[in-house]
Amino acid sequence: MATATAGAPRAALPGPLRHRAAGKLLLLAVAAAVLVPFAAARWGSGGWPAALTVDISAPLGRASDWIIDNRDSHPLFLYFLGHVSNAVVVSVRAVYLLLLGAGWAGVTALGALVAWRVAGVRLALGTAAAFLACGLLGMWVPTMQTLALMVVAVAASVAVGALLGLAAGLSNRMDRVLRPVLDTMQVLPAFAYLLPVVLVFGIGVPAAVLATVVYAAPPMARLTALGLRGADPEVLEAVESLGTTARQRLLTARIPLARKELLLGLNQTIMMALSMAVIASVIGAGGLGDRVYQALASVDVGAALAAGIPIVLLAVVLDRVTGAAGERLGTAGGTPVTWLYVLAAAVAVAVAGRLLGRSDWPGSWVADIAGPVNRAVGWITAHLHSGVPYVGGTADWAAGFTTWVLDPVRDGLQGLPWWSVLLAVAALAWLVGTWRTALTATLALAATGVLGVWKPSLDTLSQVLAAVAVTLATGLAIGVAAARSDRCERLLRPVLDVLQTMPQFVYLIPVVALFGVGRAPAVAAAVVYALPAVVRITAQGLRQVDPAALESARSLGATGGQQLRQIQLPLARPALLLAVNQGVVLVLAVVIIGGLVGGGALGYDVVYGLAQGDLATGLVAGAAIVCLGLVLDRVTQPTGRRAGKGA
Amino acid sequence: MRLRTTAVAGALLLLTGCGAADMTQQASPFANARGAKTVTLSVQSWVGAQADAAVAEYLLEHELGYHVDTVQVDEVPAWDALSQGRVDAIMEDWGHPEQERRYVEEKKTIVRGGELGVTGHIGWFVPTYFAKRHPDVTDWKNLDRYAGLLRTAESGGKGQLLDGSPSYVTHDKALVKNLKLDYKVVFAGSEAAQITQIKQFAREKKPFLTYWYAPQWLFEKVPMTEVRLPPYREGCDADPAKVACGYPHTPLQKYLNADFARNGGEAARFLKNFRWTTEDQNEVALMIAEEKLPPREAAKKWVDSHPSVWKEWLP
Repeated sequence: MATATAGAPRAALPGPLRHRAAGKLLLLAVAAAVLVPFAAARWGSGGWPAALTVDISAPLGRASDWIIDNRDSHPLFLYFLGHVSNAVVVSVRAVYLLLLGAGWAGVTALGALVAWRVAGVRLALGTAAAFLACGLLGMWVPTMQTLALMVVAVAASVAVGALLGLAAGLSNRMDRVLRPVLDTMQVLPAFAYLLPVVLVFGIGVPAAVLATVVYAAPPMARLTALGLRGADPEVLEAVESLGTTARQRLLTARIPLARKELLLGLNQTIMMALSMAVIASVIGAGGLGDRVYQALASVDVGAALAAGIPIVLLAVVLDRVTGAAGERLGTAGGTPVTWLYVLAAAVAVAVAGRLLGRSDWPGSWVADIAGPVNRAVGWITAHLHSGVPYVGGTADWAAGFTTWVLDPVRDGLQGLPWWSVLLAVAALAWLVGTWRTALTATLALAATGVLGVWKPSLDTLSQVLAAVAVTLATGLAIGVAAARSDRCERLLRPVLDVLQTMPQFVYLIPVVALFGVGRAPAVAAAVVYALPAVVRITAQGLRQVDPAALESARSLGATGGQQLRQIQLPLARPALLLAVNQGVVLVLAVVIIGGLVGGGALGYDVVYGLAQGDLATGLVAGAAIVCLGLVLDRVTQPTGRRAGKGA
Repeated sequence: MRLRTTAVAGALLLLTGCGAADMTQQASPFANARGAKTVTLSVQSWVGAQADAAVAEYLLEHELGYHVDTVQVDEVPAWDALSQGRVDAIMEDWGHPEQERRYVEEKKTIVRGGELGVTGHIGWFVPTYFAKRHPDVTDWKNLDRYAGLLRTAESGGKGQLLDGSPSYVTHDKALVKNLKLDYKVVFAGSEAAQITQIKQFAREKKPFLTYWYAPQWLFEKVPMTEVRLPPYREGCDADPAKVACGYPHTPLQKYLNADFARNGGEAARFLKNFRWTTEDQNEVALMIAEEKLPPREAAKKWVDSHPSVWKEWLP
């Protein structure tokens, strides 16, 4: 599809303009020369013209009033949403009681045995250690609450995602319809739809599970579709020749062939659901996220860390175990009988635990890490904040960064005439992709103006650009180092794991203590979050460069630096572009969190909307973030690779 | 096609048990897991509210034998949750006229639970070390002269007025505009961020101007002096865009879910009786926020040393 559309604009160009980029720009310049004077004369040349905005706060306000007035009586709530909500509560409760009943010994044994069967001895030991660490941190019960929530949310996400993926994998039409829907589900900041979900379901577990499903189902859907589409045509033909029906083909050939993708989808869904665990605590989901959130309220980094570590451990264990299961697919796992043994062993341990009266985690086996952590954080922030000889303190850097980078970029963007910003985006997107890409990007940016949030959107955009620049500069440097040294990569791996899965609420306080309130700590939080993905993709991309090419360069006497600049970096270009794209998307995902530390702009509006029950402010700001996401995605992602996105 | 849709809808209805499902009758799946009577309290993000909830929780558990769940939510969603019965009580409300009208007067799903005994006040504050050096900074008319001292990178060329969490009651933006002050409101975005910033300023004895509120434990750590704004008169804050007066003194209120107030037995009576002073609350709040005691232990310490206060709350 991509190649077909890419051909179109070239054919329309006159003969001498062979060069595609120049042609595109010329065409755009001609269009601009015609349209811009007209638009500028009619609507002025400053910020977004007021005549072109639509105020949707009144209808959104009415919608929210309607829900509040009808949710106790309307049949939609009584006969449908009410049952959904009940079903969620009942299943979460069932899982939770089961976990509590098994006791800490039973749960640890079950986790370790399952990990042993699907992933080997090392991961089994790791799993057991992780569970015991959760108990040692005094977080056993919250961990079980989060686990119960996760089991139900992941099951629901996988079911929904697999159904959507099945539809998209079997029908091209559904695929086209679903793709933008899935894009939106992933880019729409979770904070923005927490409010509508809360209005309908009230605070608590059902709302949290549904918000998680919206967020975590898309990767499952995408990978299911990818797996079904990627099935080997020869195998399918062979199966068809046996005279099977369409359903038999699906069940016996296409789904089994897509096993790897399905398992990867499960892995991604688990990761995304876990990252929602903390955000969902804002609407009263309980569990570990709630502990992190409450610790934030009393400015207690140590307590937040004690609740954050189990989240990291759960994420790492689940990631490794499902990942290992994917690699060993078909070779291990064993028969149903071995699984019966596993189950029996776990039950035996649980029963033994109960008989010994040890099913609750013993209160005396708790290590208090909050005190030392708080002292360490206090020391670091007190000594690095300002007045460090020669280099200045972090607060000085932050002030400098705000004054010399963030302010000029923001003021520059906001000072430009509105049509010129649109034009610039159109040009960039067209150079990278097709005229369709350009149109989408331009319309998405225009939408922020129509929604009446042009200025805050450009403010947010300036923060994103600055954060992406910092992320790429550091990420590429670290990525190169990791690619060149195995030792460095081994050391980095756990650090990256922690950075990627540690809830952002945990490091907000240290970040503010170091950089002060404002846009600088928001950028810092975004960099911390986006860095691991950029490092990983860069390192992987560089390592996969054809060894033959490197070898020949080495034989010609190229130095390490020359090899890097002239061979590795150019050859790893696709991976580097992907790193840029992922950096942008992840930075944008943290924009809301930035609102919590003084980032202002759209992130603050979303947080404000949720805090004040103001559907209009929150949803409009959320929609604007989605639009920015579309713009940045289209501008940074060459069209050719779109098919693999989200995997 | 139509037939199939009906069939699917019918099947769904059968599956879900046909009956009406009342969403207001749901408890948390984690509640009550060990078979006790449960009360759910809403806790707001500031430490004063945590102190209220911690002491109520401790006494409900140890004196009356309830299991207590706490849920942390912002204020407006908390009202919503209270009306739906997801939480049974809000211990500390700073005034939400719109919600009171909707839920207390019209829908009657929430009832008043009486005063908490603590009077709240919002205002603009400067650190006392700064006010001592420049005594005239405590009148809003002189603030412009100090704008240069209070400038930060984030406030551009103007002075910085530090505001807090988006969930708090504030008209600072309108105030700065209507009093024609040379200041920019910078929203910290959360109370945690605001406190961290204030402490960081105080450590270096830097001047700052902040939106803040009393009672608050931070005054014990960073003494602050209030800046006089034009005095509050009834109704002067009626139009949010035209506000040009300071904030009122608000006796903080408790609110209970209506069903819980009727059928909640001893727990409901206890929560209605709960009434303590600013000093009591600050004592507990300081233990939680500064000594980093878990709220439960802070509550225990206070309960052990003030039996005469809480004995009167027991039904």
